[in-house]
Amino acid sequence: MLAASSVEMRKVNKFYGKFQALKDVDLSILPGKVTCLIGPSGSGKSTLLRCINFLEEYDSGEVRIDGQLIGYEAPNKKMSGRKLREMRRSIGMVFQQFNLWPHMTAKENVAEGLIRVRRMSKADAERRAVEALAKVGLADKMANHPSRLSGGQQQRVAIARAIAMEPRLMLFDEPTSALDPELVGEVLSVMRTLAGEGMTMVVVTHEMGFAAHVADQVGFMEKGELVGVDSPDRILHHPQDARIQSFLRTYHERNSF
Amino acid sequence: MDWSMLQQYGPSLLKGFANTIVCWALGTVFGMALGLVIALIQRYAPRWVTWIIQVYIEVIRGTPFLVQLFVLYYGGPLIGLRLDALPAGLLGLTIYGSPYFAEIFRSGFRAVPDGQIEAARAIGMAEGHIVRRILLPLGLVSALPALVNFSIILTKETVILSIITVPELLYQVQRMSAETFRYVEANLVLALFFWGLVETISRVGHRLEARITKHLIERT
Ligand SMILES: Nc1ncnc2c1ncn2[C@@H]1O[C@H](COP(=O)(O)OP(=O)(O)OP(=O)(O)O)[C@@H](O)[C@H]1O
Ligand SMILES: [Mg+2]
Repeated sequence: MLAASSVEMRKVNKFYGKFQALKDVDLSILPGKVTCLIGPSGSGKSTLLRCINFLEEYDSGEVRIDGQLIGYEAPNKKMSGRKLREMRRSIGMVFQQFNLWPHMTAKENVAEGLIRVRRMSKADAERRAVEALAKVGLADKMANHPSRLSGGQQQRVAIARAIAMEPRLMLFDEPTSALDPELVGEVLSVMRTLAGEGMTMVVVTHEMGFAAHVADQVGFMEKGELVGVDSPDRILHHPQDARIQSFLRTYHERNSF
Repeated sequence: MDWSMLQQYGPSLLKGFANTIVCWALGTVFGMALGLVIALIQRYAPRWVTWIIQVYIEVIRGTPFLVQLFVLYYGGPLIGLRLDALPAGLLGLTIYGSPYFAEIFRSGFRAVPDGQIEAARAIGMAEGHIVRRILLPLGLVSALPALVNFSIILTKETVILSIITVPELLYQVQRMSAETFRYVEANLVLALFFWGLVETISRVGHRLEARITKHLIERT
């Protein structure tokens, strides 16, 4: 079993100029649990996710990882860069566009953080990188540059890059949305394995099947508000809120033929 | 045409050409280095610093190299900056090229996708490492064609150094034509040398480009 983090968000607000992207967001995530975030485009799912590792700076409220406030020492007092980097070390993130470093091989992509951030020797880092790549089924591709990998393989390298750092929390921002349909499965199955090992995961996704089968809770966002957080069954199959019902109706219409 | 004067002037022409190459190479290297520093400062320094640097960029880009060189070489001693022709020429080239190189680096950096920088931040990488390991290598790749191009332009700016008596190629060619009245031949020599230099630089540039972008091009 991995050590897993908890996440607590309290009254989190985020503005882009006058536009409010997050409105009083409250969210509790227990260690080892999987939370999926769904909702229409532009509703603030990415913004919420990126506030958890402070890639996006929230303006008020609190985000706590294992009880520790991230990004601020106190209200209006930013955390030092060093402290923030330390906290980010144990939070992995996977992006829609993979964001691998194109000038490095798969193995180098995974080893880079271990060498620069964890200060491991090159040999140790590479050993660990090979292990992480093997775990996502890419041991045979470790010498490939990203340009020589399929989208699904690139995303699995990105996951390996994150898990090699031994995070206690993983954030996924639409990890399969940029993939051709036939490549979605390989990425979801790696994520399912990770969830099974007890990793705390927050996943922004349009894969309702994944949300239904893997999530412990599903949050629905609209216009910057976290409208509802509940079990997958109650959000996806028996939604009470009219906004969720209408979103799912649109979703089902689009996905049936 | 009569090429007999080459016997007599060949050595000094070659020496002039060597000086041209040295001035160009050092001016380019120093100018690039200064440009890189400027581009990095522009990216990370507070507003007011970048504003001052922007003024420097505008002033240097807005004035002819000839004028800058005059100010440096003949005006310098007035503020105690007394330089020989060659160092003055090198300093002049460095200053002249720096804002152009800075802009080239800046747009190279901007071509690095934010997501790749964010991916580094997300694993807790320090800014210094991000610059060295990600921003610089990727930014340089996209800046390379423009860097080579501007280096080629700089070869031709070196002739202006003859005005402050740096004994580079044009200086020697002018001496030869003044003494022999063989203007056509002299200018052909000048053109040939420069053509050879530019051709070499652009070939090396292309080869460099092909090598370092090998892994970056998406397989189709
Ligand atoms: N840097 C920014 N500056 C201004 N507005 C922004 C910025 N980033 C996001 N927004 C706005 O904030 C809102 C929420 O954006 P966000 O990316 O979180 O939505 P999302 O739910 O992830 O959408 P999608 O499903 O399309 O990814 C959107 O209306 C967007 O236009
Ligand atoms: Mg998004």
